[in-house]
Amino acid sequence: MGIFFTLVRRDLLLVYRSANDAWLVLIFFVIAVTLFPLGIGPDPKVLQQLSGGIIWICALLSAMLSLDRVFQSDFDDGSLDQMILTSYPLELLVFGKCLVHWLTTGFPILLISPLLAAMLNMTIDSYPILLITMLLGTPTISLIGVVGAALVLGSRRSGVLISLIILPLVVPVLIFSVAAVGLESRIEDISSALRLLGAILVISSVFCPWAAAATLRNITN
Amino acid sequence: MHKFANPAQFTRLANRVLPWTSFFAAICFIFGLYFSIFASPPDYQQGETVRIMYVHVPAAWMSLFTYTLMAVASASFLIWKHSLADIAARALAPVGASFTAITLITGALWGQPMWGTWWVWDARLTSVLILFFLYLGYMTLVNAFEDSEKGSKAGAVLALIGFVNIPIIKFSVDWWNTLHQPASLSRLDAPAIDPSMLTPLILMALGFKLFLITILIIRMRTTLIEKRLQAKHLLKSG
Repeated sequence: MGIFFTLVRRDLLLVYRSANDAWLVLIFFVIAVTLFPLGIGPDPKVLQQLSGGIIWICALLSAMLSLDRVFQSDFDDGSLDQMILTSYPLELLVFGKCLVHWLTTGFPILLISPLLAAMLNMTIDSYPILLITMLLGTPTISLIGVVGAALVLGSRRSGVLISLIILPLVVPVLIFSVAAVGLESRIEDISSALRLLGAILVISSVFCPWAAAATLRNITN
Repeated sequence: MHKFANPAQFTRLANRVLPWTSFFAAICFIFGLYFSIFASPPDYQQGETVRIMYVHVPAAWMSLFTYTLMAVASASFLIWKHSLADIAARALAPVGASFTAITLITGALWGQPMWGTWWVWDARLTSVLILFFLYLGYMTLVNAFEDSEKGSKAGAVLALIGFVNIPIIKFSVDWWNTLHQPASLSRLDAPAIDPSMLTPLILMALGFKLFLITILIIRMRTTLIEKRLQAKHLLKSG
């Protein structure tokens, strides 16, 4: 496990040292959410109804922003080749990359979302559900997104391309999350939606690092 | 299977098969269109608009079938590294996207008189739209690399991920919202459709399938010729 933690610490340190990039995602998220009341009008009732959807859509889009950086610098300076060549399982290293991406994107978004939910007049009862869906859903987005990051490595215009190929694939996460947060959802609906989100998270945490690692091995050799 | 992975073998086989598939595709379309436009009754509820179904339903089947073929080709490309499988997957994508677009457009044309709206965010419609996005994503990804080999590998992985994800997307939107009618042919008991309407539907479905094979062979042959020209050109200039 030593190498795993070394990699995670190094990547976290890299993000910390270039703090500008990490703030960028968060600021984008806040600005994007702010645009909605301006675009659809400040009616508290309407905003209350849309709040879960708005926060989730903006979280998705913000997560896409930082995905193209996941492997790029390692690919450019050749350290990715070294990671592939080590006897250490590449899948675990990729999992570390997902973890770092979540800690620097999904997690800050999760932390700030109650504030934005308050500004969108979300009902108090929905707060814990929103946070649980974010806790289950944003790691899934990082996991699936990292596969996308591996796929577009070395292509032209990789940033836009990631969104294009990943957004259709994360539709289920969006649907179940917003269904759980929704105004008129009953407690059974909420629990089944949360279970499905959990199931998707578990499946993708097994499948995605493996797929991303296979892609990296295939593309870089 | 592996014998035909040889491009020369494939071209020989393709040249022999192509006249037959194009001939039978034409026959199926001629008879299918005749039956669907003239020789079948209007529906008691849908009236004449039911005839749109004879294009819409086969196109919808083909949109899924083409994606399945693409996933199979991608898998065999990743496993056996047959370049022919990659050529097949690349050739299939635009065809599948076109089938999906036809499904969406004919569905909208049918929905306007029947449901009173061009588009609803219904489970079926939404999942077909997402399938269309998956095709577009694949097509942009395979062409996004300087090195086309990289594009093929990335595209193959994406096609497989999309294939795994399609059922999940399907279920998620199913529970989300539904208006579209359930399947009426692929049920365990007898199909819930009259023989007079089944005939044109099956003829059109066959026509679509043969058309896909024809187009696929033509596109693959073209790619092979292009590659050979490129190789010759390189030889000459080098």
